[in-house]
Amino acid sequence: MTGPINPFDKPNSYIGRSVERADAKRLTQGRGQYVDDLQLPRMVHAAFVRSPFAHAEILSIDKQVAEKAPGVVAVFAGADLTDHVTPYVGILTHLQGLRSPPQMPLAIDRARWQGEPVAMVVAQSRALAEDACDLIEIDYKPIDAACDVESALAPDAVVIHDEYQNNLAWERVVDAGDVDGAFARADVTVVERTFTFARHTGVTLETRASVVEFNPSDETLIWHYSGQAPHMMQAIVAKHLGMQEENVRIIARDVGGSFGIKIHTYGDEFATAAAAKILGRPVKFVADRNESFSTDIHARDHRVTGRIGVDKDGSIVGLEIDDLTGIGPYSMYPRSSGIECNQILNLTGAPYAIDNYRARGTIVFQNKNMMCQYRAVGHPVAMAVADGLLEGAAHEIGMDVVDIRRKNLLRDDVYPTSSAAGMKFDDLSHQKALEKLVELMDYNGLRRDQKEARENGIYRGIGFVSMVEVTNPSPMFYGVGGASISAQDGASVRLDATGALHVSVSITEQGQGTNTIIAQIAAGIFGVDLDRVKVTTGDTATTPYGGGTWASRGAGIGGEAVLLASNALKEQVLDVAAVILQASPETLDIKDGAIVDLADENERMPLSDLGKIVYYRGNELPSDLAPELIATRHYRVTDFPFVFTNGAMAAHVEVDIETGFVKVLDFWAVEDCGRVINPKLVDEQIRGGVVQGIGGALYEECLYSDDGQLLNASMADYLVPMAAEMPDIQVAHIETPTKTSVLGAKGAGEAGTGGAPAAVMNAVNDALRPMQASIYQMPMTPQRVLKALGTV
Amino acid sequence: MKVADFHYERPDSLAKALVLLSRDDADVQALAGGQSLMPMMNFRLAQPDTLVDLNALEELRGIREAANHIEIGAMTRYAMLEASDLVRKHIPLFSIALPHIAHSAIRNRGTIGGSAALADPAAEMPALLIALNATITAVSTSGERKIAAKDFFLGLYETALDEGELIKSISVPKALIENRFGFYELTRRHGDYAMAGVAIAAQHMAPLTGLRIVFFGVSDRPLDVTAIAETLEGQSATDTDIVEAACRAIGNQSLHGDLNADAATKTHLAQVVLRRALRGMNA
Ligand SMILES: Cc1cc2nc3c(=O)[nH]c(=O)nc-3n(C[C@H](O)[C@H](O)[C@H](O)COP(=O)(O)OP(=O)(O)OC[C@H]3O[C@@H](n4cnc5c(N)ncnc54)[C@H](O)[C@@H]3O)c2cc1C
Repeated sequence: MTGPINPFDKPNSYIGRSVERADAKRLTQGRGQYVDDLQLPRMVHAAFVRSPFAHAEILSIDKQVAEKAPGVVAVFAGADLTDHVTPYVGILTHLQGLRSPPQMPLAIDRARWQGEPVAMVVAQSRALAEDACDLIEIDYKPIDAACDVESALAPDAVVIHDEYQNNLAWERVVDAGDVDGAFARADVTVVERTFTFARHTGVTLETRASVVEFNPSDETLIWHYSGQAPHMMQAIVAKHLGMQEENVRIIARDVGGSFGIKIHTYGDEFATAAAAKILGRPVKFVADRNESFSTDIHARDHRVTGRIGVDKDGSIVGLEIDDLTGIGPYSMYPRSSGIECNQILNLTGAPYAIDNYRARGTIVFQNKNMMCQYRAVGHPVAMAVADGLLEGAAHEIGMDVVDIRRKNLLRDDVYPTSSAAGMKFDDLSHQKALEKLVELMDYNGLRRDQKEARENGIYRGIGFVSMVEVTNPSPMFYGVGGASISAQDGASVRLDATGALHVSVSITEQGQGTNTIIAQIAAGIFGVDLDRVKVTTGDTATTPYGGGTWASRGAGIGGEAVLLASNALKEQVLDVAAVILQASPETLDIKDGAIVDLADENERMPLSDLGKIVYYRGNELPSDLAPELIATRHYRVTDFPFVFTNGAMAAHVEVDIETGFVKVLDFWAVEDCGRVINPKLVDEQIRGGVVQGIGGALYEECLYSDDGQLLNASMADYLVPMAAEMPDIQVAHIETPTKTSVLGAKGAGEAGTGGAPAAVMNAVNDALRPMQASIYQMPMTPQRVLKALGTV
Repeated sequence: MKVADFHYERPDSLAKALVLLSRDDADVQALAGGQSLMPMMNFRLAQPDTLVDLNALEELRGIREAANHIEIGAMTRYAMLEASDLVRKHIPLFSIALPHIAHSAIRNRGTIGGSAALADPAAEMPALLIALNATITAVSTSGERKIAAKDFFLGLYETALDEGELIKSISVPKALIENRFGFYELTRRHGDYAMAGVAIAAQHMAPLTGLRIVFFGVSDRPLDVTAIAETLEGQSATDTDIVEAACRAIGNQSLHGDLNADAATKTHLAQVVLRRALRGMNA
């Protein structure tokens, strides 16, 4: 990689410092601008009638009474939109064989999950729209629903799509080496477990929200959107509303969390856009909590049977998994619902040196809400399966759970290398991370405490996970499969007349601090004070083209684009400064907002003087000098499909064996995300992720009845993890910069969510071991723990 | 979702409120702290035609001391009970239990009358009132009547109140020096409704007299197993004796499971909370 001399170790570099968030003050003072804050002239409000059945024929829809209700502007059924929206299909060609029928925003003829939008009312207020929803007469004929994943492929199962013979969506097999041969060896112990992961969802503080305005005079559409991939939305909106892409503008201002939820094609949102276009006036739709729980994408819901073989020394000789998952009635557009299963096949056992690996994934359709990519896609499943099996094997052969990892983790000097599933790894530090973790948590001390506690009838457990995380994806993730999803990002950096920097970048901010690190990189690389940097994100009209923020790619890819653009601008500015100062550009530098001599940092001219000369008094410059005080650069990952990171985490829990309650006492995470740009923000990303992981391990579950009714679609009944129950989460870092970029940053956003469930599950099982009990079903609710103990 | 349209009345006297509530041609509901009613209206699970806001009614406020009991106005908020010296001194069981009801923000609004009238089987207050032998004063345009707490809670969200009747106040006997109280509940997250809980009151522990044990969160109403106390009356019962007796009492009734725990789990957890509450009383 070429690049400038290392700018990161400068004493005044902002990179590596925990600067305050640029927008914290504004947001905490209630001055944020979320979609629901928007009030546009002539704006009307959408509400939806949703299928009360998991599976039903829609025999008739009578809109007449509703159309005449107070305040109603229009009522739409599915058939009313067929001339305005083209169907969309959620497949990616590189997930070979994945199938899914075309979808429309509102169900036509048949509803396939409880909560699917069937009709829409647009009215003067949301309340009036809801009133009118009650007046739409819909005649449903309920059909048997295929809800259960296990029986969805049975010969007598109801087939959800008439065009298919059965409910199979996709199957994939990975077969590397000789698993059967390895398991058959006389010196090999084989351990088998079945793991169940419940459906849960990413509960965003701000629900999905859209205000769409259409201007018929110039055929332009503006979509104010709470989400994380503006350019992707622009492409699919244009495509399916039959517009030219340049006439669609997507604006994402403040976003109250996204977690992968707000990056898909939701029927209610596309119906809202269609209504705005048909009516020629702004339409607002904000999902309420009930709608969020029943229609925001769900995730996980995997059943995995796994087997691991270890020899007498504890070396893993083979690993085999069989994953079954249900994705709802369709594959979600445009990212597909195949990725989670695919990641599980790709990543299970990836931290370890394993030659013999076999994995099968089966995805079925079912009459439940759709599943798709939520923070740490596939990782919590893959990590829990591999590390659950590994700890099981360690106990089977009487080996310590840390020692068995030391034995099997990829050595820190083997890179670049590839896993049995074909993942390419470089710049990882599994062994170092584990050693740092063991030291940080005082492993031996905890084991002593555990022994003493058990003697007093207190059951504590310690559980580990060693993990990889897919970050900084290349076009091999989506683009290769035909989706209009960019893997490259762009940044423009402009110097204004007063010496301030204006950065506009295609990655987005949804609460994690993106705008802050962008400013740090630009300020640090270019050489101005942090408070002289203004960052613009989330607007297709004003930012370069790019993918947005997902798959832990913001800092690594968007950050690199900012670095490259800032460097380019710096060179351009120094060229101008050299002419003005009659010096050679190589002898100059920019520091604290001024042109300085490189050698002794003596100030030669403030940037504001340079700006004023260029912008106002160009007459003072030679006529053959064409100053460019703006630079744009784009960046994509080229040498690897993904830039993996690694980490090691541990949980310390106490199980109340009378009640089945699990208390997480402590949690430790050691993460290697390459160069850390802002330690505080990274730590908070890890902690927030760990909390979501603990949610998956202990609390969160979308509970469905046998006939497909979601039973807990409220914040009272769906248990998100709350601060009072969370442990202190200690975070430490190892920094192995990726060689794929100058910045060297990898992603960090999903590590906690990916790793924590495995660590907590292993810790619970460690606590239960004296009772010969074990649990491999998440969330580990009190009742499930009591059942594991044989108490109930 | 948004609340369906409704009329709103804020009467300034109890008499006016009772007249408004006595209309039988429309669905009229009282609004107290709104911590249960407003969410139900927001989900359109409740769609009253008229809301009669009780928040301006002087007659429903106040915590007063009488010779043998404390009289608590229906509109008294949990937070006021928590802050009250009278309550601390004379109703120690309230002081133990109140911090477990929801979160401070909700306790600032939620009322004792609202909780009793709602009759949520997982709520603490109904069980506390039965255990403490409280009396509920109901009032309507036809006058006042008194209902013993043990006869008040009839089932899931069902009470002995008639249409148009309000809870005016609740009287709780003052605790005597020799009385003992116990409380324990299990919640997965701080402030949640309990998975299982129990409130206990006894006139004497050794020998055992006047023992009352009421579970919550395990059935369709507060589960009063006080009848078992009679078999132990006057004896020096151990915790184990009491738990066994309670189990026999529970054994005849089928407990109600919920989303996260089936009846068998509830039965088990009921025993656990009882044992822990008794341990707390002895400690
Ligand atoms: C997040 C959350 C957590 C909670 N957790 C708990 C918990 O752990 N334990 C618990 O017990 N509760 C809990 N609650 C409920 C809370 O305690 C309620 O406030 C209480 O149950 C009802 O009291 P209220 O004054 O708010 O009544 P409202 O909501 O105003 O009214 C409830 C019902 O009672 C009727 N009503 C009110 N006052 C009277 C009266 N004087 N006479 C006749 N009818 C009347 C109303 O018409 C309505 O039908 C929780 C609530 C929330 C929002």
